[in-house]
Amino acid sequence: MTESADPSATNTPELKKPPWAVIVIVAVSVIFVAVLALGMFNSRVDRPDGVAPDFEMQFFDGYEWQDLPTADLSDFQGRPVVLNFWASWCVECIREAELLENLWQEYEDQGVVFLGIAYIDVEKNSLDYLEKYEITYPNAPDLRTVISGRYDITGVPETFFIDKNGDVEYIHLSAVTEPMVRSLLDDMLAAEGPASS
Amino acid sequence: MLRSSMPNQLPGSQRLKNRKRFAGGLPMVAMILLTMVLFLAVFPAFAQAPTRTVSDDEVNAVAKDLFCPICENTPLDVCETQACADWRQVIRDKLSGGQSDDQIKDYFADQYGVRALAEPPAEGVTLLVWLVPLIAIPAAVIIFGLYLRNIRRAAPGGSEPAAVLSSPAAPEPVDSETDQDPYTERIERELREMEE
Repeated sequence: MTESADPSATNTPELKKPPWAVIVIVAVSVIFVAVLALGMFNSRVDRPDGVAPDFEMQFFDGYEWQDLPTADLSDFQGRPVVLNFWASWCVECIREAELLENLWQEYEDQGVVFLGIAYIDVEKNSLDYLEKYEITYPNAPDLRTVISGRYDITGVPETFFIDKNGDVEYIHLSAVTEPMVRSLLDDMLAAEGPASS
Repeated sequence: MLRSSMPNQLPGSQRLKNRKRFAGGLPMVAMILLTMVLFLAVFPAFAQAPTRTVSDDEVNAVAKDLFCPICENTPLDVCETQACADWRQVIRDKLSGGQSDDQIKDYFADQYGVRALAEPPAEGVTLLVWLVPLIAIPAAVIIFGLYLRNIRRAAPGGSEPAAVLSSPAAPEPVDSETDQDPYTERIERELREMEE
């Protein structure tokens, strides 16, 4: 009986149904990859070259904005904002500390707001830094790294210049220089914007 | 003359009384001074209590479960940046203050986000990190077991059992009773005889 069988019949490929185990593996893999991709997509933040992402600050004691312990960035709509990320362990930040304070003193009356965000820093060290470099403009810790996450910063110091409309005008990596800040602030002050709040 | 030359001399009974008073006053003053010295010595300990000396090993035991977001993929206990040194000092201070390891980790997660933790909490997307191994490992064991069983079943009849099983497009194994060639049939028969 076996001798009479057509040998070519044994070589004819027949599609075999994939076993259920293979289906399960493929399904689990697809779901896993899909969820991971979704998570990565949700956590991905484009650099804010348009509207500055809003966030809430819980100011350090003694560094509040108009005696308010918290404020949102949107509260400053209508004013140019200099948003500076720094840390007490950052050597480069020291180079710009005095300059930022001096410019704050000069531009405060013109409606410019300087905001400092201490990135991955120990609160005591942050406060020592602020005191040492005699910084007086509003400063807050980057709690849970939410603010730095929204602005997708690459390190410190990093400074965002936000215009009166709440759009990011310019992003500067590393320490700022006086001519650059002056030029940007003068341009932002001269530009049209909503009424100052 | 005699009286005037010793103006401060008192009658005998009164001198004795004053001497007793003086003898009783000295220990009292000494006691007060001693108490004050002891109080001053002990007071700082009360002011900072509870404190204890914390070893580097104790600090590192907590630090190894934390990751500084600046130095990605580097546990805090071996990270050499200033930021990490600052964090280790925070751990030391908190251990010295009597806080537990979990309290300290919670503090770091609260302050710097969950990515500061070596083990992410089982919630949200990070829940997958915990669930997938729990599902995937038993599933892999079961599937591998089935795979081995199929190999054992298919091996006598097929020349390439692994390829037959792993590829859905592979040809069906031939029926050993009907379509096998004489050579294969003989091998099967001899194998069965060996098993018996």
